[in-house]
Amino acid sequence: MYRSPQILRGQLRPVILIAVLLVIWQIAVTRQTIHLLPSPVEVVGGIADLVRHGLLLKYAVASLFRVTWGFLLAAGLAIPLGLSIGWYRRAEMAFNPLIQILRPISPLAWIPIAILWFGVGDLAAVFLIFLGCFFPLILTAINAVQRVPAVYVNAGRNFGLSRADLVYRVLFPAVIPQLITGLRITLGIAWLVVVAAEMIAVNSGLGFLIVDARNAGNRYDLVVAGMVVIGVIGLLLDMGMRSLERVKSFRWSYSED
Amino acid sequence: MAETIMGPVAGGVKLSAQHITMVFQRDGKSTPVLDGVDLEVGQGEFLCIVGPSGCGKSTLLSTMAGFLSPTSGEVRIDDETVRGPDRRRIFVFQERGVFPWLTVDGNIEFGLFPLARPERRRRVAHYIKMIGLEGFEKAYPAELSGGMKQRVEVARALAVNPDMLFLDEPFGALDSITRLVMRGELLRIWEAERNTIVFVTHDIDEAVQLGDRVAVMSDRPAKIQQIVKIDIPHPRDLSSPRYLELRNGILKQLGLAHKV
Repeated sequence: MYRSPQILRGQLRPVILIAVLLVIWQIAVTRQTIHLLPSPVEVVGGIADLVRHGLLLKYAVASLFRVTWGFLLAAGLAIPLGLSIGWYRRAEMAFNPLIQILRPISPLAWIPIAILWFGVGDLAAVFLIFLGCFFPLILTAINAVQRVPAVYVNAGRNFGLSRADLVYRVLFPAVIPQLITGLRITLGIAWLVVVAAEMIAVNSGLGFLIVDARNAGNRYDLVVAGMVVIGVIGLLLDMGMRSLERVKSFRWSYSED
Repeated sequence: MAETIMGPVAGGVKLSAQHITMVFQRDGKSTPVLDGVDLEVGQGEFLCIVGPSGCGKSTLLSTMAGFLSPTSGEVRIDDETVRGPDRRRIFVFQERGVFPWLTVDGNIEFGLFPLARPERRRRVAHYIKMIGLEGFEKAYPAELSGGMKQRVEVARALAVNPDMLFLDEPFGALDSITRLVMRGELLRIWEAERNTIVFVTHDIDEAVQLGDRVAVMSDRPAKIQQIVKIDIPHPRDLSSPRYLELRNGILKQLGLAHKV
């Protein structure tokens, strides 16, 4: 496809910025006598080390595995529950205070309880990610239902839709754009939580890599390598979710009304 | 002067609103909106309802369509009490009721689920043509103008072959040129299909251009103040003395004559 020079330049700009910062970083580190940060070259060496030992793929897969399960479990539970709560006003009045109390508790505060219940292992980490995703998602779902304009529901009723069809043909499509945005933000949260959870609750994954690299001989090149990998994977996850937002039948929103 | 005729035009009574009152309760305060509205709509009639803004026109229309239950009184259609919305009578909500997640095709097909697929396709094609949106079948509402969206919503309503249409200021959000075009199209469709139409508007000219009769509502709590029969055949000459006489009569009734 033909791309105009302006678009190309637009895509180049962030790459150039990152390259410039890397050069400054490299120069700054080589001019310093005390070792505050590994240089970009050392970090690249660290990443190469991880690849050579097969650890990069292994740890990235371990982290993604936990995120996937925690995120999917939370979505599978929070979205239907949130949609139902939002649909019935009385349910919302009953549940809302409880959700508001549990929501501000950082999932990391649950680490001791997670380990008590599930031991050190995948389950504890999955549980923490689940908690980190559950509350934002349930609030998104409740909100999404309540913001569905009454005209859509009334139009559906007018054409004689059954209750099930009303949910399936009007309610679901009407909330999907908001849900996708909520899912995108929540996946970001899940990715934040997994790193923290792995520092304490498990013995593999990118979070564990960072703690382990420091404990086992102050390998700060590996610490920063782990951080870079986390950042890149986070970016890719977000790009994946954003591509969902571009699906045509999802792309509308009713903000214009 | 405009004469008052209480009975509907011809073909028997389709809808009869019998002493409808509506009182809204909010925060312990009760607001009476409708104060004993009596109204009859004839079979195949085009009835317009006008009144000052906020007088309860839309409330009356929603009640007649079954979306609201009156505090007292009842609405009867075909001699049966209205207990809820029904696919034989479709409510058109400006263009806001068009589903933004469906294409033009999908919107028009929305209410046709009880029909077999070939019949659905036939009706969709028929109404796309009627509203002049050929070539836009796969377009989403966000890609359409306000007037096009409005036509899609009218087509979606007509596709289920309803015997009544309730239109709540359907052209209120359109620019004045599109509005004129849409009025002409609605009349053309009505003359072809002869559904019973109840049309709420705050625009007196619009009411006099379209309606067989115009019901004038009073301020809140509203009653029907007067019903004016518009005895000019379509197409109506908007500069004829009779048109101006009827229009000025209604303006006067609303206390607005020669005040601008």
